[in-house]
Amino acid sequence: MADAETEREALLAAIANVADRLAAEREYLTDLDSAIGDADHGTNMDRGFEAALEQAESTDGDAAAIVKTVGTALVSAVGGASGPLYGGSIMSASAELEEGIAPETTVAFAEAYLEKVQDRGDAQVGAKTMVDALVPAVHTYKRSIEVDDLPPVEALRKAADAAERGVAFTVPLRAKKGRASYLGWRSVGHRDPGATSTLLIVEELLATAEEFLDEVDGGSDATAPTEPDIGADDAETENGDAVGEEGE
Amino acid sequence: MVGIVVVSHSERAAEGIVEVAAEMGGDARIEAVGSDPDGGIGTSMDAIRESIEAADDGGGVVVLVDLGSAVMNAEIAIEEAAVEADAGIADAPVLEGAVNAAVEATSESATVESVVEAAAEAREYRKL
Repeated sequence: MADAETEREALLAAIANVADRLAAEREYLTDLDSAIGDADHGTNMDRGFEAALEQAESTDGDAAAIVKTVGTALVSAVGGASGPLYGGSIMSASAELEEGIAPETTVAFAEAYLEKVQDRGDAQVGAKTMVDALVPAVHTYKRSIEVDDLPPVEALRKAADAAERGVAFTVPLRAKKGRASYLGWRSVGHRDPGATSTLLIVEELLATAEEFLDEVDGGSDATAPTEPDIGADDAETENGDAVGEEGE
Repeated sequence: MVGIVVVSHSERAAEGIVEVAAEMGGDARIEAVGSDPDGGIGTSMDAIRESIEAADDGGGVVVLVDLGSAVMNAEIAIEEAAVEADAGIADAPVLEGAVNAAVEATSESATVESVVEAAAEAREYRKL
């Protein structure tokens, strides 16, 4: 669907936006993690996405290859559990983008990513983990695209709102997974760092989508992504690109 | 022979556990790996993968792990490692499991499955 160059440009913009945001919020994430974890989440995510951006920029492949590179870089550069959770899951889910980036492939990517995070981390909603932000975000995105037929930007906006409510939901919970679970009741009253970084990433994917997509055209393109007419080609291209990073 | 890899958030802890396990299973092939990519407390998938490849002589590898990221990074390392034979993670306390695994690995009939089982039996050890 998208010409490879535009797809690459949007993907790299999304990765750069995420890297910048995580660098800016490094202290905040580390403060959250020092309350209930091992005080390294901000540093780890910043280091991870800095490496991811660098490696993605020097990757020549298609969208799936670029996204897989992000996952590989995160696995190698992040020391904590976020490395395998974010990185390993992105690596696995990147295969869903082999047919290019379109609304339906990004839904498949998001679902594959969520499934791998839950499988690897063995966490359900309510355990005070990134899953609490991720499940509502992915489910909302899927529904918005597949059931409500919304333009991808609007679907991503709803996903970000859902992720934000998911983060708020983690505050009163007692952690059942991860380092915070060792604290028992002392983990109550704190926002989960992994759910928070998940929200930050979704917000930056949304910001990238808003930058690259035409919202109105995005909706009509969503229904016929693989056979764009010539007039809709540009909008379609941008549309698929920016949404494609959902889940990173 | 089935190789063994001990993964800890601390490289020194991993080395200490290997030291204890080697006393019981002196001929076993055991690798210690720990710390994050910068040498801090954590684990590194790449380092674990290299240790799995180093421990493997064709007979497969059993991995013992401590907390959180050690388990997940070991899972990915096994998927990524160029190991022809089986590799498996033992669901066991890391030190006691490593001792059991080292002893089982030196028996002639040992398989990845039997070493994983021996390590997992360490879950039953009571201290009091």
